[in-house]
Amino acid sequence: MVKQLSDENDLKQKTGNANDSKADEVSDSLLDSHDICQFLTFSVDKELYGVDLLKIREIKGWTETTRLPNSPEFMKGVINLRGAVIPIFDLKGRFNIGETIPTEKNVVIIIAVGDRLMGILVDAVSDIIEVESGEIKQAPQMETRLDDKFVSGLISIENKMVVVLDVDSLFDTSSLNIEGNLVSDM
Amino acid sequence: MDELQRFKDTYITECFELLEDMEEKLLNLDQGSPDNEDLNAIFRCAHSIKGGSGAFGFDRITAFTHILEELLDAMREGELSPTREVTDALLQSVDIVRQMVVAAQSGQEATEGIEDSVANQLKQVVGGDSESASPKEEIVEEESDEISIFSIDFRPKEGLLISGNEPTLIINELKTLGILECVVDIEKLPTISKLNPEKCYLDWFFTLETEKTIDDVKEVFEFVEDECHLDIEKIAGFAKMVPTAEKAESNEEKIQEAEDKSSDDSKVQAPNTNVVEPLKAVDDTAKVPVVTSIRVDIDKVDRLVNMVGELVITQAMIAAQSSDISFEEHPRLVQGINTLSQHTRELQEAVMAVRMQPVKSVFSRMPRMVRDLSTQLKKDIRLEMSGEATELDRTVIEQLSDPLTHMIRNSVDHGIDTPENREASGKPAQGVIKLSAEHAGGKILLKISDDGRGVDRERVLQKAKDKGLVASDAELSNHEIDNLIFMPGFSTAEVVSNISGRGVGMDVVKRNIEALGGTINIINKPGEGSTFLVNLPLTLAILDGMIVRVGREKYIIPIGSIIETLRPKNDEVRKIADANDLINVRGDFVSILYLHKVFSIQGAEKNPSKALVVLVESGMDKFGLVVDELIGQQQVVIKSLEENSDAVPGISAATILGDGKVALILDISKLQELMGSVENEKHESVA
Amino acid sequence: MSKIALTVDDSKTIREMVSFTLKNEGFEVIEAEDGQHAISVLGGREVNLIITDLNMPNMDGLELIRNLRSNPSYKFTPILMLTTEGDATKKQQGKDAGATGWIVKPFNPEKLIQVVNKVAA
Repeated sequence: MVKQLSDENDLKQKTGNANDSKADEVSDSLLDSHDICQFLTFSVDKELYGVDLLKIREIKGWTETTRLPNSPEFMKGVINLRGAVIPIFDLKGRFNIGETIPTEKNVVIIIAVGDRLMGILVDAVSDIIEVESGEIKQAPQMETRLDDKFVSGLISIENKMVVVLDVDSLFDTSSLNIEGNLVSDM
Repeated sequence: MDELQRFKDTYITECFELLEDMEEKLLNLDQGSPDNEDLNAIFRCAHSIKGGSGAFGFDRITAFTHILEELLDAMREGELSPTREVTDALLQSVDIVRQMVVAAQSGQEATEGIEDSVANQLKQVVGGDSESASPKEEIVEEESDEISIFSIDFRPKEGLLISGNEPTLIINELKTLGILECVVDIEKLPTISKLNPEKCYLDWFFTLETEKTIDDVKEVFEFVEDECHLDIEKIAGFAKMVPTAEKAESNEEKIQEAEDKSSDDSKVQAPNTNVVEPLKAVDDTAKVPVVTSIRVDIDKVDRLVNMVGELVITQAMIAAQSSDISFEEHPRLVQGINTLSQHTRELQEAVMAVRMQPVKSVFSRMPRMVRDLSTQLKKDIRLEMSGEATELDRTVIEQLSDPLTHMIRNSVDHGIDTPENREASGKPAQGVIKLSAEHAGGKILLKISDDGRGVDRERVLQKAKDKGLVASDAELSNHEIDNLIFMPGFSTAEVVSNISGRGVGMDVVKRNIEALGGTINIINKPGEGSTFLVNLPLTLAILDGMIVRVGREKYIIPIGSIIETLRPKNDEVRKIADANDLINVRGDFVSILYLHKVFSIQGAEKNPSKALVVLVESGMDKFGLVVDELIGQQQVVIKSLEENSDAVPGISAATILGDGKVALILDISKLQELMGSVENEKHESVA
Repeated sequence: MSKIALTVDDSKTIREMVSFTLKNEGFEVIEAEDGQHAISVLGGREVNLIITDLNMPNMDGLELIRNLRSNPSYKFTPILMLTTEGDATKKQQGKDAGATGWIVKPFNPEKLIQVVNKVAA
């Protein structure tokens, strides 16, 4: 069953706990279909997406970035996160569906990808959901706007669909071409 | 023995230090008249290594260093002279011990037999049978099958106490062996008035019932053997049986009596240590300064440096935010912020100084390498070093090792010729390589020079043309040809010699140096030799930067690279087709680079005469950067960009300004490269 | 008043091990790197035990022992020397210089304690 934990405070708390969790990588293939997975869901251009909670380090509001010259369009620039210089990516730009014009209402989710930290710019954060791994469905080819290799699966919750993202491949810089946008098979 | 494991790390560290010391002194050993102090010191190194190895069970190290110790002992006693062969063998031994220690560090054993041939060689040199180094078997206290009764005559000489021995304690030890009966003879005891508390006037007769052997009994007296008359006789022996309670009691009583007596008497002599008043220490003037340095974990220092870096940023932020607070309104606040600034700067300097280390640690590997290499190549080369005490940031030093090693190897391999050839061209047979370090203008200057052949310009130019690195009809100045060696893929070694490595090349060296924020240049005198000049920043973590604005973006130019800033007049700007624009600076034509073009910045000033040109230097070359405005100078803490993002060409790192925003630091040498090979053509078109 | 011991050795490892073993036996331990340093560190105060290596720079063990014995404050202080096995000459030299006894390297904590008990309370 899909559970929703929608308390605001709960959210902050959960994120904190996630950071203390052991393994970063939870390989789906090794999961028992009854294993519980947690995701943070957020919206970009009115669509819901989810990221493995264990990969999330922090959630913060939007602050102005310093542009990094000659980088992909969807790369907004870098910010100072308590002394570390972190790049911020616009998910809308990464999905090739436009560009986010950020205001202080936007949210930046700081995630860990490999050894690096990076931030993704989204419209708003939604919830933390808990599902059994068996509930995560395969994404049929035409369902999403994205290349299916960036999609780990789909979750159906209360008549809404959450697209679970594989952030490791989404921000694997070796897959970016110079124009820097996703090349969708579609 | 397990409790000793905690000292293993200390021992291993100490071994490495001792080995380094040994090596250094061995290299300095003058074959003719060796310094005896040095010989003693070398001996002590081996001795200390051996001393510890036994405690941790490193038997192979013990065995091998034992041989070393013998040889070194003979040397320091003058029985053996340090010929070249002997020193070579000893240096090899140092390597072997080092390998063994490295293995021991990770709880392993070094490869079988690595020490054998050198060990044999050393043994032959020492001559005769060397004492077996295997630890003597411990004299285990055996328990014999029977109970023996010993009669012990213990008659100390008068002077027994002078050695610091104390009969009571000896008697106590005797008691631990079994059941002791003790009778004291006070015959020799004089009257109090004639009594000298420093002398021993008592004799004892003991009867000891014990399961131990006579050797065990003797051992109790081992320290005082020469200072007494000792007679131990076994007077009875019988099979073990449970002593009856009666017997035990009566024995105990007797012992008690004897004890009381002896303790009374021993009280007479015991307080000798207290009788005399403590006098002044022997020689005040011989005071040796107590060790004034401490060891600190690198991690702790790094953490400290990072925290201070953050402090600098925060302080800059506060200063920036409060820049509009007037002194009149809040005098103390403004004053406080200024003082804070000052203190932070001082703290920063102090902390950076902690990370500074003498460059000696990286220089010290060179003599050995030069020696081994020149022997291998049958060349005679002397290495002169100076300025080893010059200090550099620790991280810079670590990364300096490879490029430095490579340059010196090059000198030995390619630069300096064989003694025969050298003499044929009128040079002394022995070649000289000079390695020096010094502080110069807020930077470190390293010089690596040799008096060898220098760089053969014709060959280099030809090679470059063959590889297509320059146009086949290009004409290059001497300076430009010399710098060709820094180009990627360039190695004039016809046969990739297995000495200099897989033709690693000077381009890698240059890249290493530049990664440290430094520059490298060559001064080439064909036939006479060549000199490499390496300029390095004092520290990696902090930078003096000039903040500039281009469009709405801020960038930082390292102050060390800036020559001057100017606003050229319209007629001083020369536009060249398909090439970089030039400006005329007092007769010199210098290329300029438009930052807004390089970085695709919108809204920047495109006309140099309305903008500013910052003249910078990279290596021996000058060029100008077109910016909109100079904002100000600031010391910034360097933050890594590549930790979380991909590298951006032209940007070396990032920093955080007083307003908390990230600013990017320009990579001047990379920008110079971006100006392209357009440079050469420029030289031709401007006649 | 607790008992004080001085360990003199140019090897940090040895000093640490001796210190550790003696502290477990209730000693307060002070350390010195060589003979000269030892004299400076002692500063004329009373100690209950001195354990010294023989091979050290600046002032070796034998010289230190002679020096101490000529000082009334240390005339009767138990002094143990650290020797390598089989070195009879050194043992004799030590004794002649006034040493109380010896401990054979390699270092063995139990043996050390046993010997210490023989010469110092």
